[in-house]
Amino acid sequence: MANELAQHHNPHTDEHDPTNVTNPEHAQHHIVTPVQYCMVFGALLVGTAITVLAAEFDLGVFNPIVALAIACTKAVIVILFFMHVKYQSRLIKMTVGAGFFTFLILITMTLSDYISRAWGQW
Amino acid sequence: MDNAAITLNEPLMPHEEAVSGRDPHGHVMLPQHRHHFETEEQQREAGSFGMWLFLLTEIMFFGGMFFAYLLYRNWYNPAFVVASNQLNVVLGAINTAVLITSGFFMALGVYAAEVRNRSMLVWMLILTSVFGCIFLGVKYFEYKEKYEKHHIPGVNFNISEFVNPPIDAKTHKPDQPAIAPDMAQKTQIFFFLYFGMTGMHALHMIIGLGLLVWLIWRANRGDFSFGYVAPIENFGLYWHFVDIVWLFLFPLLYLINRHPLK
Repeated sequence: MANELAQHHNPHTDEHDPTNVTNPEHAQHHIVTPVQYCMVFGALLVGTAITVLAAEFDLGVFNPIVALAIACTKAVIVILFFMHVKYQSRLIKMTVGAGFFTFLILITMTLSDYISRAWGQW
Repeated sequence: MDNAAITLNEPLMPHEEAVSGRDPHGHVMLPQHRHHFETEEQQREAGSFGMWLFLLTEIMFFGGMFFAYLLYRNWYNPAFVVASNQLNVVLGAINTAVLITSGFFMALGVYAAEVRNRSMLVWMLILTSVFGCIFLGVKYFEYKEKYEKHHIPGVNFNISEFVNPPIDAKTHKPDQPAIAPDMAQKTQIFFFLYFGMTGMHALHMIIGLGLLVWLIWRANRGDFSFGYVAPIENFGLYWHFVDIVWLFLFPLLYLINRHPLK
């Protein structure tokens, strides 16, 4: 009965596992479809075009900010869909988030050192 | 469901046949299933977790170089601006699209392994490799141009193009502002970072292509056509990570200051 319920909620896993061997617990496992991959692919190509276009305009200090914002958006799309993080467990999501957060801490602390080292001496 | 169902599947490795069967709890054991994991899903999760921990060390590795770039770009901005304009934006943009395409086929490869389609998996991995090779081929011609113009940092580095910019044939004006010789020397730092960062990126791709050859061979043998997706999935994570590095390298190195050229 429990198995039937699990199967009902999880058609993807069992469709390709008719002998019920791979995943007897019927744990959640999501397969991203090719249609989704095509949409992600299109979004990334559009993002690349926008980056090149945006660089041709003089936006002052916002040029690198816009470029980085687009790059970050593309990276998040890749991480969520190509790398399946959107469909992973909380452990994986926490791990990915913690990694980027630690990287930001390292950048912030190192930069604040460089900025403040000669403070008041100019 | 009995053990006969398992023997229909190609065993992962001949010496592991003895592992398959039923464990004391009555669970069916697949050849790739290690005994210290309760379930296939737990093993898979542990594998993904380990792969992500490795990728975090890679973030720190490339992050150090991105930080060096950030600092020197702020210190020697005029040098970075003129040096960046030496890079070929068209080739860079094409390479970005090529790499995204390669990643797209890699993602489809993971899908093919999930739905246990052997020939689709093999072809997707081959396409992933082909586009990876195209990327490296374009990179070769970009590096070659830098070599010919003496824009590789070191004793043979030539700053003349930055101190005396070439006169444009149409406008009869220099195609970019001249900078002082001491600042022009700092273009070496830009090219040092350019070669360092794109070089480490290319090295990661070369390692990835080597792994792809191995995976194609194993996929063709049928190793990943019965629900054993982990090697394909984890390699996919690595390949996509290398893509992400390039998504940042392209705007930061090629597109620093395009608009003054107009």
